[in-house]
Amino acid sequence: MDFFKIIDQLSEVDADVMGRFDSRRSVFNSLGSMAKRTALAATPLFLGSLFQKAYAGTTSTAVEVLNYALTLELLEADFYRQFIATGFIPTGAPANAIAQIKKHEDAHVKLLSGAISQMGGKPVAGTDTTGVRFKGLPAGIPNTYAGYLSVAQLLEDAGVRAYKGRAGELIGTDLLTTALQIHSVEARHAAHIRTMRSQTPWVSPTDDLASHPVYTSGLTSGSTAPTSITAGGSSYGIPAYSAASPVENNTTQSGVAITTALANQYTAADAAASFDEYLQAAEILDASRAGGLALLS
Amino acid sequence: MSDTLRPTDSQSPQPVQPLLARIKRRSFFMYAGATAGATALALAGCSKDETTPSSAATNVSFGTGDASVLNYAYALEQLEAAFYAKVAALTTSPLLAAEVPYFAKLATHEAIHRDFLRTAINRDFGGTIIPDLTPKFDSIDFTKRVKAATDTKLGILDAAKAFEDLGVAAYNGAAKLFKGSVYLGIAGQIVSVEARHAAYVRDLITPGSFATNEGTDVLGFDRQLTPTAVFAIAQTFVEQKLDASTIGQ
Repeated sequence: MDFFKIIDQLSEVDADVMGRFDSRRSVFNSLGSMAKRTALAATPLFLGSLFQKAYAGTTSTAVEVLNYALTLELLEADFYRQFIATGFIPTGAPANAIAQIKKHEDAHVKLLSGAISQMGGKPVAGTDTTGVRFKGLPAGIPNTYAGYLSVAQLLEDAGVRAYKGRAGELIGTDLLTTALQIHSVEARHAAHIRTMRSQTPWVSPTDDLASHPVYTSGLTSGSTAPTSITAGGSSYGIPAYSAASPVENNTTQSGVAITTALANQYTAADAAASFDEYLQAAEILDASRAGGLALLS
Repeated sequence: MSDTLRPTDSQSPQPVQPLLARIKRRSFFMYAGATAGATALALAGCSKDETTPSSAATNVSFGTGDASVLNYAYALEQLEAAFYAKVAALTTSPLLAAEVPYFAKLATHEAIHRDFLRTAINRDFGGTIIPDLTPKFDSIDFTKRVKAATDTKLGILDAAKAFEDLGVAAYNGAAKLFKGSVYLGIAGQIVSVEARHAAYVRDLITPGSFATNEGTDVLGFDRQLTPTAVFAIAQTFVEQKLDASTIGQ
């Protein structure tokens, strides 16, 4: 890893980055001594702590982003634990797939939790009985294999949108790469769960769950966007919410109408399926989405 | 076409030196900027008739900055789109009946990614667009759904898996090269769709392998590859020589 290159990159998007460090000289000194002492200097986690210090108290911090991701991973992991415990899952391919996904979510929890600790932050936690957990099936979802599987789809597709919503806060860092290496695995999970449910692997306006808030955007009417989350023994801030994010059926990307403004004409359904959309943290944590499925005590 | 662009190639029996080729390509683009529309048309027309063997193929450079990263994505989407277009155009497909409409969707999604990136690059980084690439699919047997153990060529599903997994790793590895969060956001919106494709194709080959890790990868984390590592694989499928050396610089 080239620290100097990354700092240079950061300075291009944030002209004030050097001012955020104690001083240019002390940063470079500390990099030098770290590099001599240990290979720790080559880990993204060290870089993360550098940014953590540089940005503390200004914008969101890397620890806040990772704690947010960790909250969602804890929720997913506990959901799959409870799903497996129901005994509803047919043995063979379905049970193997859910077990595989559960293992991945556990691995994500472990990595994110370790990264936050190494960056000097306090990771949110969750056990079977405390901290961040799956609340149980919401009203209207049948207590069946199919019911749980529909929640799995909602959690995975929401997770894909959630990572996208905060990737920009990690721009230019190796933490971004790590987050994306999780993000695309969540998309693979979503595709597989959707296939298990006889839906297309990608988001479609004809999904049986297409009208669920996970595929739309905005907050529940009358609710107020939270500015911080306290859960599982830790607290972290979340970015201010201003306006609703794009809905999954969005057909305009970066100001370009995908259906009509390209070299070829495309249907609205294909335009929507070709790009997944982000959601902001306040929307993900809204009661209509992951917030309504989680116990954040 | 390659003679016009790089007249010294045919005179040199040695491999083209990357640095030299890069400078030439850059100076070409400086010139081309004034007549970008006409040049793009000429390049597009040329590539369709491209029969140059790879040993004498033109060199494609990607420039620097966010334009280079977007052009990198555009190159990969061109390849994917061309592959699925060829699959969709087969009069006799070895795919199962249920798979044919899904592969038609994959073709459309990748064509949208390609067309969108071309439009975005031309709008925001005029004059930097790379030429149309000439696909080279002679390592793929389009009469086979999946290759048999003794086959040397890839079947359609094998190739699709290779393209999709490579695309995911490429976007994951390239994301940190972006300086502008708008393009990072777009790349994020595309990569998860590629991951959905990858999961679908993998499950067709081996049910339950949607997120299997191969090689040295860690459980639960997708691969991320540098542009150089990606082109080492993608080069097999392109006539032109792809030069990753400046991408993201």
